[in-house]
Amino acid sequence: MLAWTIYLSFAGALAQALLPKDKPSISRWLALAVALAGLALAVAGFAAGIPNHFARVTIIDAPWVPSMGIHYLLAADGISLVLVLLTGLAAVAGVLFSWNIELRTNEFFAFYLALIGGVYGVFLSFDLFLLFVFYEIAIVPKYFLIAIWGSTRREYGAMKLALYSFVGSAMVLVGLLAAYATSGSHSTGLVSLAHAGLPVSFQMWCFPLVFTGFAILAGMWPFHTWAPTGHVAAPTAASMLLAGVVMKLGAYGCLRVAISLFPHGMDPWGFSLLGVGSWRDVFAVLAVIGIVYGALVALAQTDFKFVIGYSSVSHMGFVLLGLMTLNQIGMTGAVLQMFSHGVIAGLLFAIVGRIVYERTHTRQLAELETMHLSKRLPFAAWAFVIAGMASMGLPGFSGFVAELQVLVGSWIAKPGWTIAAGVGIVVGVAYTWRALQKAFFSDAPPSAHMHEHAHELAAITVPEIAGVMLLVAATLIVGLYPRILLEAIEPAVKTLLAGGGQ
Amino acid sequence: MNYADLFRATLPETALEVGALVVLVVDLGFLRKSALNLRVAVAALLGVAGCTAALWMLPFQGMGFVYPGTGEMLLASGGSSAVAQIGILLLTVLTLLLLADATFTQHVGEYVAVVLMAAAGGLLIAAAQDLLVIFVGLELLSLGLYILTAFAKRSGKSAEAAIKYYLFGGMSAAFLLFGFSYLYGIAGSTNLYRILLAVDGPQGAQAAPLLYVALVMIAAGLGFKVAAVPFHLWAPDTYEGAPAPAAAFIASVSKVASFALLILIGTAALQVFEAIHVMAKYEPQAHIPAAHGFWGFSVSWSLILVVLALASMVLGNLAALAQTSVRRLLAYSAIAHAGYMLLGLAYFSNASRSAAAILYYVLTYGLTTIGAFGVVGAVEKAAGSDRLDAFLGLHKRNPLLAAVLLVLFLSLAGIPPLVGFWAKFNLFAAVLHASPTGMALGLVILAVGMSAVSLYYYLQVLKRAWVMPAVDETPIAVHPVTMAVLLLVSAGVVLLGCFPALLQGWIAGFYPGM
Amino acid sequence: MNGLPVLTLLTVLPVVGAAIALVAGKHARSVALITTLGGLVLSLVIWTQLPIDGSIGLVERAAWAPSLGIEYHLGVDALGALMLVLSAIVTLLSVDAADHVHRQPNLYFGLVLLLEAGLFGSFTALNFFHWFLFWELSLIPAFFLIKLWGGAKRGPAATQFFVYTMAGSVALLLAFLAVFLSTGNMDFIQLSAMASSGQLEQMVTAHLGPVMMWLAIGVLAGFAVKVPLAPFHTWLPAAYSEAPSPVTMLLTGAMSKMGVYGLLRIAVPLFGHQIAQMRTPLLALAVLTVVMGAWTAAAQKDLKRVFAYSSVNHLGYCLLGIFALAVPAAGAAEQTSQAAALNGVILQMFNHGVTAAALFWFVAMIQERTGGERGINDFGGLRKPAPVFAGMMGIVLFSSLGLPGLNGFVGEFLIFRGVFPLAWVAAAVSILGLLVTAAVILTVIQKVFAGPVPERWASFPDMYGKERLAMAPVIGLMLLLGLVPQLIVDSVNPTVVNLLAHWRF
Repeated sequence: MLAWTIYLSFAGALAQALLPKDKPSISRWLALAVALAGLALAVAGFAAGIPNHFARVTIIDAPWVPSMGIHYLLAADGISLVLVLLTGLAAVAGVLFSWNIELRTNEFFAFYLALIGGVYGVFLSFDLFLLFVFYEIAIVPKYFLIAIWGSTRREYGAMKLALYSFVGSAMVLVGLLAAYATSGSHSTGLVSLAHAGLPVSFQMWCFPLVFTGFAILAGMWPFHTWAPTGHVAAPTAASMLLAGVVMKLGAYGCLRVAISLFPHGMDPWGFSLLGVGSWRDVFAVLAVIGIVYGALVALAQTDFKFVIGYSSVSHMGFVLLGLMTLNQIGMTGAVLQMFSHGVIAGLLFAIVGRIVYERTHTRQLAELETMHLSKRLPFAAWAFVIAGMASMGLPGFSGFVAELQVLVGSWIAKPGWTIAAGVGIVVGVAYTWRALQKAFFSDAPPSAHMHEHAHELAAITVPEIAGVMLLVAATLIVGLYPRILLEAIEPAVKTLLAGGGQ
Repeated sequence: MNYADLFRATLPETALEVGALVVLVVDLGFLRKSALNLRVAVAALLGVAGCTAALWMLPFQGMGFVYPGTGEMLLASGGSSAVAQIGILLLTVLTLLLLADATFTQHVGEYVAVVLMAAAGGLLIAAAQDLLVIFVGLELLSLGLYILTAFAKRSGKSAEAAIKYYLFGGMSAAFLLFGFSYLYGIAGSTNLYRILLAVDGPQGAQAAPLLYVALVMIAAGLGFKVAAVPFHLWAPDTYEGAPAPAAAFIASVSKVASFALLILIGTAALQVFEAIHVMAKYEPQAHIPAAHGFWGFSVSWSLILVVLALASMVLGNLAALAQTSVRRLLAYSAIAHAGYMLLGLAYFSNASRSAAAILYYVLTYGLTTIGAFGVVGAVEKAAGSDRLDAFLGLHKRNPLLAAVLLVLFLSLAGIPPLVGFWAKFNLFAAVLHASPTGMALGLVILAVGMSAVSLYYYLQVLKRAWVMPAVDETPIAVHPVTMAVLLLVSAGVVLLGCFPALLQGWIAGFYPGM
Repeated sequence: MNGLPVLTLLTVLPVVGAAIALVAGKHARSVALITTLGGLVLSLVIWTQLPIDGSIGLVERAAWAPSLGIEYHLGVDALGALMLVLSAIVTLLSVDAADHVHRQPNLYFGLVLLLEAGLFGSFTALNFFHWFLFWELSLIPAFFLIKLWGGAKRGPAATQFFVYTMAGSVALLLAFLAVFLSTGNMDFIQLSAMASSGQLEQMVTAHLGPVMMWLAIGVLAGFAVKVPLAPFHTWLPAAYSEAPSPVTMLLTGAMSKMGVYGLLRIAVPLFGHQIAQMRTPLLALAVLTVVMGAWTAAAQKDLKRVFAYSSVNHLGYCLLGIFALAVPAAGAAEQTSQAAALNGVILQMFNHGVTAAALFWFVAMIQERTGGERGINDFGGLRKPAPVFAGMMGIVLFSSLGLPGLNGFVGEFLIFRGVFPLAWVAAAVSILGLLVTAAVILTVIQKVFAGPVPERWASFPDMYGKERLAMAPVIGLMLLLGLVPQLIVDSVNPTVVNLLAHWRF
């Protein structure tokens, strides 16, 4: 059943491509229908996982290239289900926040749905080759979404993102080829590769290669620079998907491929340099740097969207840090943080990019300061307050539980990481706070510039309200009742940690 | 000498030659006064008929042809040869169909005839087992290509390209022949296997310096055919100057034929190499230099191929970054793709696996590149140039054409689920299967990295077609047949990418052991 | 009542009310009134349902996120229930006082009700996560209430308030994270049991080294900001004076009690030993708070600031009482003193809440009548044009001063009764604070109500019927508690005994 999330999305994309150009409303409703159907399937799939405690379920397993042992193997465990659910949510919200796209509407939704289909595919693939195929499918539409419908420096942002992604995926491809060849060219199934007994010396170089390849897309410092420019350039729905889902692809790859196939890649080197004694330490340190650096840079931005863009880098640092804890609670936290950040970042980008920018036509905090948006767009202001609180990691929102778990996990692994990451949280409060103050609740007197924008701002539309509600509900439900997802994630992480990869 | 055997072994080639003659007769004899449209249609259809006939006759050519005088094989069919020959014929059909709205020449009959004859040369090369046959086939193919390049007689570029191509080609043929003569000198035979046995044996060790010179000469000759760096200089000019269908033919059919030849050499070398090592194991007293540290043919050849592959991948991709003409861009990308395939040849082991991977690559690459030139031709016709900016706003001027371009270029860049990705995966997997560590791994990493670079220049074209606004919004009309060919090619690229086992299984069917 | 999750109901009630208020437009105030009345009734019902022995009753538990030691765990003893009643009263008064909110009333009352939910939640939670959630939840509405409806300098005031409290929260969070990492537990009751057996310190030291003192400091810092304890009080005057008066009522009447409550429910049970070790410096700070609060109040010219600093002073007594009773190995006499002090602290929390809320309400009324003027020197002789006003405010002021017979006296008396034997120097110096406060209050009375009436206030309106009606029960409560403090003490005392029995210094 879950496989239909993929097929439906691709079918939707194809249908969009064939739709007439001048009927945008048909395209919108079709896209919404497809996204909703995907969400419904995801929810149903998730619900179906409850009775068997989210054990891994094979959806379809058909030989694809028999001579090379490549299978068309879709399956789902708790981690997949959580991320599929996230994709469904993000897809629906993205359509709602793209309701006002008038330029080449059908093409927009065609690329959009193709991207969604690819993302679903990655989360459901249990064959490395298949996973890689879906992974790449998800990259290409991103380029066009940003380059055609984006804003600030969109071609630059899109190209940078595409090239970073491809360099990353080239690294993954090398790892995939090498692992396939080293394991004797029998199979590309994740399970069989994990059991292939790849030599430790091989894992030692393949792990960092593949991990870095995926982590580029997860925005790992210092390979994060595509993220802010890409996010800023992207149209709202695309930046929602980028931050909400696509960055999760990277993190998911790190977890599902790098960590589970090459666990010995994280063994100690036998010597240590400045306290760093293994690839695990290296990536954990990079993650922590990303957390702190992203937060500090976000604090200094003048463009509202850049604040959110860098905040994504910071929050994704928690995911990577959680993964590198290699313990139950930290990795569970990492997966939960993927979900949580997906929802929260989507919400933030929607507010900044769609609700505010489309009305004010500026994202400069200095200009927004003079507009008194809390009075003129109270809905946006309060939505951002809620999103900001969630992003700060206040209790009651999904981010708190997730980041807390990561911190607890990293404390168990290495307390030093926790302390540094804690600094990132504090700075996180500061930059969210600053953005909130400046963009919405400033008392600055109206400037001369203000008069240009003094016209009445367009009213908030129904799709916007629906989208905000959907995402707020998601972060609140998970924040107040995290067990709903934790029960899915925990067994999957446990089996993953128990070795044998999956 | 049994001419009936020879005739049977060369049935497909004969069919092509006959087809060529029929085209000439019909076009020059009966249709001289007719409209160009009709002549084009008839000539192309006759050409297609010739190819079809050749295809039909392929199974009848038997195992090949043995020259009775020496008992040596001149032509061998089956295996890689069969795959390559079928590929050559099918790709020729596609390039002929692209002729549908050709206006670059009044002499369509001659054009089609030359295409068919060049294709016959390609068929010969693909099956050749003897240096002389190889040379004859190569020259037959090359001469055809020179003429095709020059076919747009009103275009100065076409003439310039043809002259350059001809001069480089002549030079490289001389090198090749020179190299062949050394080999003959060392081995006393023109048969591939005998030469290889001799070269890896005591004669080769004695004549070591001469052997290396010969190999370098041959590499220069064959490197020219596949446009490997540093013998690639003709390619950008030719791709730019030749009429679009001719360029498509050069980029696809001639590539397939040349790589088929390289595969033959590689297979032979591997078989000899393995045989010698088996011999060395069971008869240690027999002095076999190649089994005792002497580089012999295989190692030296691999080394040369590695150098060519490395240079082609790097230079092809980097130079393509700087191009503003899409044809030149395709030329440099062709050089890069040749580099990947040469890498596959350099780490040639488990003959059928490597051969199948390279054939898969070259066939799908040929298919894709025919489509690419089809699109370029159509755009050129409307915009009058193949500059990058000619593609501006293509999505508005002809969405279908833009969609085809998207599919084809993404496939060339190696994006799944298109066939280009699978081809690369398969090829690199074969390389790593042969040697999963060390230099091979490094080269694969480089190749994968370079294909990430290649995305940049493919995206430059796609960006103009899809992202940037149109300067001129008049729709581009494409001849229905051309469009049909392009759609067919795109469908092939998508389907073969989604179901890679189709083509791969088909190729594997030609190798009994696989 | 049995089985009904009454504490959950109490917390959910204002949340629902807030949601309704948000969409109720100009009827938001009515919604808020009804909701807060309901809250008051419910909290009084809870007060009557407490276990006789002073232990924690009305417990509700449910699994929440076991991997993080997070549990849905609610319960109240007399301390918690008293705070619930206080919160309900203060919020009701605040809503009642806020009849002049014209701008976005729906949002205003929605936020007030959310704040009430935060108060209820944090006074009933027995698990750190759960408690912290509501602790933060109360902070956010408070910030926006100041930020959006405050006076001229509301921006910086709100930010300062938020940053201070948030910094305190982070300190708290980190300290608790450390506790959780060492024990795998976030439950106050269980942690308290572990602390009194010494196990907590062992586990923390085993896991993290000798950091127990630092954790104590972190937790104390979190609460010290909220109460506030000098020198963490600097956010307070600005916030109190810039916030609209009904919000100031909430801030001082109820929210400051969250800090004291936190000390009693969390800091002392878990870190009693460390607090005992730091007793002298802490006492010094408490005394500083008392004396400095009083002196600074004396120097203020703005009525709101006067009352703000006097709030600091009054809560200083609570801190004084708490820190004074941190005596290791107390003998029988000392135990009596401890019990007296703790009783006093709890009473003082309640009484100060009611009195301060009433005081700020009067300020609100004054501002309403004067169009914003509230300088201490702007008035004079108001008792002539507004005798009832002067009388009622006088009672409240005397209560604040601690006049026997009014509620303010009992708490302060009990505190000093307890503190003198335990820490006589601190008590003696604090007496100074008492005196200065008296002087301040009397000055206010004199300057505002006595003397000649300035021309412009000749027709200062007296209290309207509605206002009298609303204020009468408050005054009544003050008198009642002043005369019959047993009403509360009888219920609180068992809890005090129970608490002291579990604390280990």
